[in-house]
Amino acid sequence: MTNGWTDISNADVILAMGGNPAENHPVGFRFVMEAKRRRGAKLVAVDPRFQRTAAVADHFVQIRAGTDIAFLGGLINYALQNRRFQEDYVRLHTNAPFIVRDGFTFDEKTGLFSGWDPDKKQYDASTWQYELDGQGNAKVDPTLQHPRSVFQLMKKFYSRYTPQKVSEVCGCNAEAFTKAAEIITSTYTPTRVGTIMYALGWTHHSFSVQLIKTAAMLQLLLGNVGMPGGGVNALRGHANIQGGTDMGMAYHNVPGYMPIPKAAHQSLEDYFKVAVPKPLRPNSVNFWSNTPKLFISQLKAYYASAATKGNQFGYHLHPKLPENAATGKLENWSWAFIYDHAAQGQVEGLVDFGMNPVCNGPNSRKMVFALSQLKWLVVAENFETETSSFWKPEILALAGKKTEDVKTEVFLLPAANFAEKSGSFTNSSRWAQWKYKALDAPGQAKPDQEIVGRIFTKVRELYRNEGGVFPDPVLALDWSYANPLSPAEDEVAREINGKDLTTGQQLPSFSALKDDGTTSSGNWLYCGSYTADGNMMTRRSTEDPSGMQRFSNWAWSWPANRRIMYNRASTDAQGRPWDPSRTAIVWNGKAWVGDVPDYPGTSEPEKGAGAFIVLPEGVARLFTPGDTLKEGPFPEFYEPVESPVDNPMHPTGQSRNPVATIFKTTEWDKLGTAKDFPIVGTTYRLTEHFHYWTKNHEKSIEMQPEFFVEIPVELGQEMGIKDGEMVRVSSARGHIEGKAMLTKRIRPMTIAGKKVYQIGFPIHWGFIGRGKQGGSLANITTPPVLDPNSFCPEYKGFLVKLEKV
Amino acid sequence: MSPSISAPALQVKAVSASPRGAAGIKQVPEVTKLIDVSVCIGCKACEVACQEWNDLGVDKIRTLPPGTYQTLPDLEYNFWQLIKFNETERDGRLLWTLTKYQCMHCEDPGCLRACPAPGAIVQYSNGIVDFVQENCIGCQFCVTGCPFDVPKISPSTGKVYKCTLCSDRVGAGLEPACAKACPTNAISFGTREKMLAQATSRAEQLKADGNAAATVYNPEGVGGTHVVYVLPHGDEPDLYGLPKNPRVTFVRLWKGPMKWLGNLVFAGGIVGVLLHYLGYGPRDVEEPRQDVH
Repeated sequence: MTNGWTDISNADVILAMGGNPAENHPVGFRFVMEAKRRRGAKLVAVDPRFQRTAAVADHFVQIRAGTDIAFLGGLINYALQNRRFQEDYVRLHTNAPFIVRDGFTFDEKTGLFSGWDPDKKQYDASTWQYELDGQGNAKVDPTLQHPRSVFQLMKKFYSRYTPQKVSEVCGCNAEAFTKAAEIITSTYTPTRVGTIMYALGWTHHSFSVQLIKTAAMLQLLLGNVGMPGGGVNALRGHANIQGGTDMGMAYHNVPGYMPIPKAAHQSLEDYFKVAVPKPLRPNSVNFWSNTPKLFISQLKAYYASAATKGNQFGYHLHPKLPENAATGKLENWSWAFIYDHAAQGQVEGLVDFGMNPVCNGPNSRKMVFALSQLKWLVVAENFETETSSFWKPEILALAGKKTEDVKTEVFLLPAANFAEKSGSFTNSSRWAQWKYKALDAPGQAKPDQEIVGRIFTKVRELYRNEGGVFPDPVLALDWSYANPLSPAEDEVAREINGKDLTTGQQLPSFSALKDDGTTSSGNWLYCGSYTADGNMMTRRSTEDPSGMQRFSNWAWSWPANRRIMYNRASTDAQGRPWDPSRTAIVWNGKAWVGDVPDYPGTSEPEKGAGAFIVLPEGVARLFTPGDTLKEGPFPEFYEPVESPVDNPMHPTGQSRNPVATIFKTTEWDKLGTAKDFPIVGTTYRLTEHFHYWTKNHEKSIEMQPEFFVEIPVELGQEMGIKDGEMVRVSSARGHIEGKAMLTKRIRPMTIAGKKVYQIGFPIHWGFIGRGKQGGSLANITTPPVLDPNSFCPEYKGFLVKLEKV
Repeated sequence: MSPSISAPALQVKAVSASPRGAAGIKQVPEVTKLIDVSVCIGCKACEVACQEWNDLGVDKIRTLPPGTYQTLPDLEYNFWQLIKFNETERDGRLLWTLTKYQCMHCEDPGCLRACPAPGAIVQYSNGIVDFVQENCIGCQFCVTGCPFDVPKISPSTGKVYKCTLCSDRVGAGLEPACAKACPTNAISFGTREKMLAQATSRAEQLKADGNAAATVYNPEGVGGTHVVYVLPHGDEPDLYGLPKNPRVTFVRLWKGPMKWLGNLVFAGGIVGVLLHYLGYGPRDVEEPRQDVH
């Protein structure tokens, strides 16, 4: 989240889209209700289904799964055409005035940007750049009138997204869209603020990153980023998924969102060449110019005394993303690719903590097949799962195999659950909150760090005694914990924060990090979480001097205990708040006061360092230059890879995302067409369950005992399906069966003149657990398709057919 | 919670089939649970909290009722509160009303009036109506007497059960389990005065916000209830599965001026049961609960 859960209560308008917070984040949803009760806030819900959030919304619009960019593009157009955008904010805090290089074009007919190579099926992004002056700074036109200014290009680009077009693409009626647009864009005035809450309904698409960017653009136009009650807020789906992401869980980052070194970066210097961007405006802070301090401190935390100035702080020991020997391209080890590599026999063994890929991967049959190709599999879990038991006949049958044909050796390690270990949870608000063990783990179950500690010390011993291809990184890794077999949470937390290696003192903040090897920090983002004053994550003060639910002494928020990111944007050029009744920070003549400023603390506003210090431009990007995003600098609506219609934006041109990642490696990597699979299918979660975990819990199963398929009443009547009858849902990948639930909450739609039905089904069932399981595993049907930037699978919006059993 | 409603909370106010004004009856502040339907998201945290606190468990995992997210079709003797999920349409708009349903703890409880078993139903001075199963004779007059169709008989014990408003928790100064668990504060609990004021101001807010018919549901026909609702469509309580004008008229009649007749019927019932027993022998007790796990 740019803001935080409690801050949502400061909003005037809340758009819940690409998420169903009432259903999946019921506890955080209280702040939406508080905004409604305290401020009379309006809640707008936009979703393929009328769901629990819609039930309490002031306005609901049903859209076809996967058409969110069209809807948001329509909102952008509505704001621009009706002058419902905050012009001063846009001029000051975004790249709207920047001039784009001549040669950048978008062809409305083909739906493609300049630089498309039809043979390689990729873009040359050289025209997607700013026009630079002699000093390397981007040229700007503060009047926003230059025909190649980002503002004018954007205005023209989105002029195609009329309410009628939105209606045609999304299947909602134009009036419902316009009413939503009126409410949402009402926050363009400085004294009204709106927030957006989204979750996996936006990330699970083949264009998810562009989709979220569209939302950010809208919020920037309305002047809502950096404001209390504003922002773009990702609702994370697990208690600590934010913490996991921060700690380098995704393959392309190291902890603290620095890029992973690549094979070609053989020296620290090579790495810093790509990790340190050049500033694009005079006075811009260009925060990532600090990368050497952050990264070298991290190397010191990893390798301690083995990291010296003379050996580039042990950079040669750090893992680097390899190039594929055959293609020369960088290997992709993102989540779905791990299993794709395994399916191709390229992975010997897999250690799997708290993850059930058979259930939560897309295209489950391929997942089962991938596991069956492994030599060994280690699963650390609370329960027996479909993954640890993939070899059971009923599960293995999905991959067309028999138990006796599979040679994988499987180890199931009993792991302690969340209540059986202490440590920190970082929630969606970026608050790292310390928690305490409630009870001991049963039997031989061990906390994760002990499992890791025991495996690591054993592996190191083997390397020490027997050698190996490259033992140095393992032997040099600093593991000087009091108990190497089970490092204490407190000790690890101190290490992540980091210390001054000369004095041994815990560091107060990341601004103290140095690039000379005299400081260490496991993750600069958490520097300040455990200082000389103690563990800040244990703080529990409910004092709120701001009166705005900021609670700055409750736990600790990254970065630097800042509660609202980009908070400099909540003020004008002179540092005065846009809304004096709702301030984040203000310039008092000498310093920025209020929340921890997302800005140099004493930098005068007139100096114009730029509110978005992490970008080399210093301002937010409406236009994303270069090849940062694979599909282009402005988000265009593309159909889901499996779609019932040709893209109404360019019916004779590009329909789906031209650079979507589509697997074609195994026999289960199949796509269907509307001829065979005419219905739009989508998947989701239910309040009553948590992923594939609570199917082991008696009460959750009482509340929602078995898999079902939500079907529009009209479709049920057309097919002669009655409530409670068994139906089969099939996609090109496979089929599942469950009871029909006929509902008015999903309506038939007309898309580009064609009648289209949507059905939906929840994910929580599988093969193992209480209640009725029977293999109703939603992801058997989901497609082998990923977003090309985030590599997140397209779980939402694909083609199926429906039959009576 | 105010301590003033905790310690003396379980003062008896009325006792079934007993004269009013029994010894030891004292005045204590009344409590009320407020359910703001406009912020209920139907998450069922209250259902689980109720089941957990009261050590309840349904007899067997249900098969999904068609067409709904609702946990069960109706309350059961071991399921004391239920979110009702109703799909309806108003002014071309789909409404999915999610309404928590349980005992209303009436000021004038139809169940208590109807109950012929001494001490089987008590009303505490704080307003809670509680069933004392050891005194229950399983006649189910309370079932007929309740205008909200709340009490349910257990086939295994032959006794009747319902929501206690967590009288054990309230007696110890705590709020009911459902209120504690509610993530959106759709359920509030406190003194009657405070809750009614809160309900009224919320209904006014909803009215100002375009829900012209928003109102507080606190039906007079039962003397008011110690569970009150804020309903956005207050003119149509049936949208939420609530009766429009609940009354205890029938019970009033036969417990009041016609009581002699009621007693006669009751006595007749006993004679009938006796004859039935003589004719057919004892009834087989149904199998006790078997959990399927």
